[in-house]
Amino acid sequence: MGCSGSRLDEDGMGMPPKSRPVFLHELKMRRHMTRPSHKDAISTPSKKELLLYDKDDDGSSTYKNAPQTARFSPKGGGEGEGTNKHEDDRKHKDVRNVDVRGKGGRNGHKVNKSEISSAGDAEEDEDYDERMIGRAPGSPSFRVYFNDGGEDIHNDIGKHDDFKSGGAVSSEVSFTDYYRILVEFIRVSVVAARQGFAVKEDVRNYKAKGGMQRQSCFGKLESLERGIRATALRAFSSSGKEMTVRDALNSALDEEMSADPKVFLMGEEVGEYQGAYKITRGLLKKYGPERVRDTPITEAGFTGIGVGAAYYGLKPVIEFMTFNFSMQAIDHIINSASKSNYMSAGQISVPIVFRGPNGAAAGVGAQHSQCFAAWYGSCPGLKVLVPYSSEDARGLLKAAIRDPDPVVFLENELLYGESFPVSAEALDSSFCLPIGKAKIEREGNDVTITAFSKMVGYALKAAEILAKEGITAEVINLRSIRPLDTSTINASVRKTNRLVTVEEGVPQHAVGAEICTTVVEESFDYLDAPVERIAGADVPMPYAANLERMALPQVDDIVRAAKRACYREKFE
Amino acid sequence: MGLLGMMNLSSWSSCFSQKQASLSGNGRIPHAFFCNRQTLFISRRFESVKADVQLGSLRAAGDPQVLNFPGGIVKFTPELKFLSDFPEERIHCYRVLDGSGQPISNNFVQIDKDVAVKMYKDMVTFQTMDTIFYEAQRQGRISFYVTAIGEEAINIASAAALKMDDIVFPQYREAGVLLWRGFALQEFANQCFGNKGDNGKGRQMPAHYGSNKHNYVTVASTVATQIPHAVGAAYSLKMDGRDACTITYFGDGGTSTGDFHAALNFAAVMEAPVILFCRNNGWAISTPVSDQFRSDGIVVRGQAYGVRSIRVDGNDALAVFSAVHVAREMAISESRPVLIEALTYRAGHHSTSDDSSKYRPIEEIEWWRAAQDPVARFRKWLEGEGWWTAQSEIEIRDHARQEVLHAIQVAEKVDKPAIREIFTDVYDVPPSNLRDQEKSLREAVDRHPQDYPPQFPL
Repeated sequence: MGCSGSRLDEDGMGMPPKSRPVFLHELKMRRHMTRPSHKDAISTPSKKELLLYDKDDDGSSTYKNAPQTARFSPKGGGEGEGTNKHEDDRKHKDVRNVDVRGKGGRNGHKVNKSEISSAGDAEEDEDYDERMIGRAPGSPSFRVYFNDGGEDIHNDIGKHDDFKSGGAVSSEVSFTDYYRILVEFIRVSVVAARQGFAVKEDVRNYKAKGGMQRQSCFGKLESLERGIRATALRAFSSSGKEMTVRDALNSALDEEMSADPKVFLMGEEVGEYQGAYKITRGLLKKYGPERVRDTPITEAGFTGIGVGAAYYGLKPVIEFMTFNFSMQAIDHIINSASKSNYMSAGQISVPIVFRGPNGAAAGVGAQHSQCFAAWYGSCPGLKVLVPYSSEDARGLLKAAIRDPDPVVFLENELLYGESFPVSAEALDSSFCLPIGKAKIEREGNDVTITAFSKMVGYALKAAEILAKEGITAEVINLRSIRPLDTSTINASVRKTNRLVTVEEGVPQHAVGAEICTTVVEESFDYLDAPVERIAGADVPMPYAANLERMALPQVDDIVRAAKRACYREKFE
Repeated sequence: MGLLGMMNLSSWSSCFSQKQASLSGNGRIPHAFFCNRQTLFISRRFESVKADVQLGSLRAAGDPQVLNFPGGIVKFTPELKFLSDFPEERIHCYRVLDGSGQPISNNFVQIDKDVAVKMYKDMVTFQTMDTIFYEAQRQGRISFYVTAIGEEAINIASAAALKMDDIVFPQYREAGVLLWRGFALQEFANQCFGNKGDNGKGRQMPAHYGSNKHNYVTVASTVATQIPHAVGAAYSLKMDGRDACTITYFGDGGTSTGDFHAALNFAAVMEAPVILFCRNNGWAISTPVSDQFRSDGIVVRGQAYGVRSIRVDGNDALAVFSAVHVAREMAISESRPVLIEALTYRAGHHSTSDDSSKYRPIEEIEWWRAAQDPVARFRKWLEGEGWWTAQSEIEIRDHARQEVLHAIQVAEKVDKPAIREIFTDVYDVPPSNLRDQEKSLREAVDRHPQDYPPQFPL
């Protein structure tokens, strides 16, 4: 899925029109229809079995009649037909839903059927599942997904169809014969293997045992599929797939929650409302109110309660609606969470994650537009992570949840809806990024630009402009403010001999100041120009759009600073 | 705790089945769970009260005399009447023993002789430890100390009513709970002297004890932050389905913090098995309760938040024991918070940084010390039961004094923690910046051998 705005259209898709070839990725896009689609895509002997799956006990096929309209809508709205027929359809969708979720089996999670069926809004789940595997048409490569649980193969071939425009076939199909053969091989292997027993078993299990036994019936296929998956991942690791940061965070939360029952979410509006920014979409339904807790509006309360829960066994993920509100609870973050392990001499560890949007959004004024990277970055005992891309978001959030120490996870509201290419590795449930390692987003030799969160994008844009003028900038995405990857920064500065630091927060005692210090301490002799710091204006954030823009670093500021550092523009 | 197992459970449950109304009469679910604890435990554990409210709303939906409000049904009234700011009569204080140690009723949880005697011995040991550690601070041997003189009954009796699986989130005046749980006098002394025997590695101020083994969370100097932590830990216990609760202690001053209110509200909403134990000792350093709040103490706030509450005589060990015992049962079996307000008096200074004679009359202190001493009152009851003699009194006092003095002498001689302990435990695994710091420190020590004696612990 390219961006969240495309949901309605995708959900509205029905069966592939018979008049044109069915593209493989489309099959996957239809989520729960994956199974019947196999038969459309390649005619294998599994056809009967697959059809059987979608039939009622009385033999009537509900699948083809399932209403495909107005799925993604507020609760209770958008589902016009309240007939029994519709109820049946829903029921079936639910079953299929379970099926799709099983592909959460990629993370080893199984959802039992009753859990899903009792949930009201199947449609949202479908959308959710869709996003979970981050299938966005992106590039000419393709990926193959398998479940550990093993019932679905999802094939995706990007960029030959435009989903956002409602499924019209548009651009060229550019995959090679080699890809085609491999796809066919994998699919035929698995579908054929299933044909023998798996699908029948699956259906039988559903009918007989309410879907509870499905994992075991596929156990025999697991090793086969794992092998194929590994092969596929190796062959196509540059997937060219895209995913929004929102989906990346959501999928990371989902996978970690399913992998570890100790993980639970708490915050204002995280449950019924699915998060003020919809980061927790679908999680309440999937994990229940014990693990996705809506709280009274007291940051000090739920933060303190989260810390206490972390003292004794749980792994809370605390969502601040924005990090501005964490000020209400900073005592618990600093005095309690960050110091308890030390004060108790290692007797009480605090495996907790505080996450939420940080920094300036747009037009929300002084009390909603602060960057807290430097604040939390100055607290020993805390780890402070600042994701930029979807890959960062997934890898760092998963790392944060698994980490035994308290982690402050600073997201950016304006990045939530932004799509980034994600590699196949990054989509694997085992994916995790190391805490404390920066990433060189773009290599260059003339000037080093450090940035984090949204500013990485600005720095990359600046680097592009600079490249046109013959300056190759090395852009470092810090990823982690504490610990700070000083060795990567210093190594880069020793190569480029010039440094520009970029951040949204105010300059005094800021991240840039710390980076400047480490470079002065360790690489002073390598510097050929004064270090340039680009930061937000040293004022509370103004509201008016023109003033707000002036108060925040812009791409041009970075370009000018880099040129100054390269003596290509006068110092002012 | 093994000794707790010796308590006569059948006798206390029969005792309480007669009088449960007095203890839980104003609760939402007032029936006698004491009689059949096991069954109810299973069924009630995760039961939410939400459903009750919703069901009631449905029934009243057609009644024009009531407002069917999302939080529950409210009756209409033609009267323009404000709630009074203060109840006509203050909430009563549950007591078992009078000033002379005589039971005023048998409305309390029965205690075995062994438990009772251990309670008394621990109270005396605690009192002795406080006195001698306080003197050690006055002599400059340790930097700081906090006594709990006057609050021995709260400490020991509440601890005795709990089980070892219950997790304690103390403030800083509850060392007696740890003493009851088996923390040795030597361990107390090691902590106060910050030597390498301290299981906090010398990182905390004196009297900020903590022990995983004893389910006693490291004391935080910040006022009242432990209250939400206790609620969170209780939620954790509930999620695990454990047969245990948490207890948190705090003073009257702590109830003015936002954390207290947040925690009370969250505990009610999350239905967390937590006992919120307020030691209302009249003074928050120099601030008397009359300047701290204008409510009838703390007990009335429980009801405002939907939390069962009781006020007890904090200088009456049997009353404290009974209240905590019953609160524990309710908290666990019904998965709900319980608020206990114990009325007592801080007969000592707030800490060694304080001289309370500057802001309160000496006579007041003396009256509480002499006439209301919880240790003496409990001893009189023990003597009345025939479980304690003058001879045993001399023996325990002497024994406790010797033990405490010995612990101090040993603690003073033990080495301080090694230098490397500065860097450990900041994180689970030290990151590179900490490793670099340690390396440069070691290099500095190597470079300046004249400044660091050979036995300097690295």
